[in-house]
Amino acid sequence: MRRRSVRYLAGRVGLYLTVSAFSALLAFPFYWMFLATFKTDRDLYDLKNNPLVFNDHLTLANLKLLFERTLYTTWLWNTFVVGATVVAITLLLALPAGYALARLAGRWGEPLGIGIFLTYLVPSTLLFIPLSRIVALLGLQDSLWSLVVVYPSFTIPFCVWLLMGFFKSIPKEIEEAAMVDGCSRARAIVQIIMPISLAGILSAVIFAFTLTIQEFVYALTFITSSGAQTVSVGVPTNLVRGDVFFWGSLMAGCLITSIPVAILYNLFLDRFIAGFTVGAIK
Amino acid sequence: MGKVEGKTSALEAVPLGGTAVRASRRPLLDRESFLGPIMILPAVLYVLALVGVPFVLSLYLAVSDAKIASTGLGRFIGLANFTSVLQSPTFLRSLVNTFVFTVVSQALVLVLAKILATCLTKQFYGKSIVRFLILLPWVAPISLGTIGWKWMLDSLYSPVNWVLQALHVIPQSSWPMWFGVRELAMASVIGVHVWRLLPFATVIILAGLTSIPREVEEASAVDGAGFWSREFYIVLPLLRPILTVAGLFGIIFAFTDMTVIYVLTRGGPADGTQVLSSLAFFTGILGGDLAGGAAISLFLFPMLLLVAVVMLRIARRAEVS
Repeated sequence: MRRRSVRYLAGRVGLYLTVSAFSALLAFPFYWMFLATFKTDRDLYDLKNNPLVFNDHLTLANLKLLFERTLYTTWLWNTFVVGATVVAITLLLALPAGYALARLAGRWGEPLGIGIFLTYLVPSTLLFIPLSRIVALLGLQDSLWSLVVVYPSFTIPFCVWLLMGFFKSIPKEIEEAAMVDGCSRARAIVQIIMPISLAGILSAVIFAFTLTIQEFVYALTFITSSGAQTVSVGVPTNLVRGDVFFWGSLMAGCLITSIPVAILYNLFLDRFIAGFTVGAIK
Repeated sequence: MGKVEGKTSALEAVPLGGTAVRASRRPLLDRESFLGPIMILPAVLYVLALVGVPFVLSLYLAVSDAKIASTGLGRFIGLANFTSVLQSPTFLRSLVNTFVFTVVSQALVLVLAKILATCLTKQFYGKSIVRFLILLPWVAPISLGTIGWKWMLDSLYSPVNWVLQALHVIPQSSWPMWFGVRELAMASVIGVHVWRLLPFATVIILAGLTSIPREVEEASAVDGAGFWSREFYIVLPLLRPILTVAGLFGIIFAFTDMTVIYVLTRGGPADGTQVLSSLAFFTGILGGDLAGGAAISLFLFPMLLLVAVVMLRIARRAEVS
């Protein structure tokens, strides 16, 4: 009996140690960003200091520099404009498609849905060269509109797949009852299905939005002037001048952008995973 | 109304209408054979226009002499781009790097993710905080996470070196230049990639683990199977489809990524960490040789095709069972 409890205790200690080690390693860069955001330069650039704690008073100077002397707020605004427009386009096209694949396409729904999802996996690094030429032909180079046009090419496949799964989980009988009562399919969709699908639609909005915030390759390729960049490109490329890194402000920019995205993402994570397991789990 | 259930199949065949004549008089939007395609088509066309068309265009660009500076699509010059690419030592090194980088990072990711996911199936205090913390690398924009690592590794004030020195792993006199030596640079790039993809693989494997019925494990424990024999003979075989899915996504993400390498090392030192996608960017966009870049990035395609085929087979098998 005593041997078993010793073994149990060892297991618990091992569990806590492993989990703590993983958490520390995975979250460390964000802890580091937090430190650098509020550290004074004197504290940051002194080799004698322990870099893992505050050795001086805290300061808002890095944040002040970030917001007042860099284009950070412009990049935030650009990111928001692109994100909101892309979300609107995505919903407009993915909502009907997701519904139709779940309900109207019959036995073609599933394979067609998988086909659309696979296009999400076509990487930007395969397409950015031809797309840069297309963007140039459309006269959109160096404009946020290039991103607005191109980003739905990966948000639509992802959201169609997500929404298709969501609509399948709603019982068919709900529309059927309405239609027996003389309501048309289109009206049943708008007045009955959409209101009860708000949770699914909201998760599609969040994922489309976060995917556009995270995107790097297209934004780097199509946009050259710093005033038209998004956060994910503007911060790492513009806050570095030659060998001079504005480290405090750079880390502040990373932290302020990452944390809200992470919180949003966490709220809807389970749906995201369900999309990625591609039916390999029953 | 009690008979509605019995009628559903008839309702599906001819929606709401009694006869075919009536159905044809209904407004177009109420006919399902019309409504279905009209709802799906716009999304399909948009994606085709921005994925299918560029892909075909890249096939053409790869056999042309298009440059960034010139407008239009260039002249047809046959396979010249491919022959010159295949003779370039930089390309061959990038090809090898891409495979090394993908295989090593994904092997590490799968092993570590399995360990972490197994821990997360247990109950412990602070689990929701742990979940938030371990997901951060995946959900935060990767270019921003990577720039954090850049400072932590490659600076005079590197906290990684400070910690290693405090643990007496490295002497104070010679802090390593993480991006100055080929092996260290490759290790850094692989490390950052493992860091970033580990949360994703963990949550997928965790979903697989929680779908294994508890009775299976309990029964084998009662039968006297120890931890390791349960892991190897019961859990891992049951987990195989989901491990494959996690691995395939990981392979795609790692094989085609250029963000980590662009931000961290720019392919250096001396192309020591150059991969296909970053080389395509430096050649096609920064170097201005659009055609050459297109030819290089097309080498990503066979791997994508392979992954897609395996993925489709898994999806079909899941459908049958």
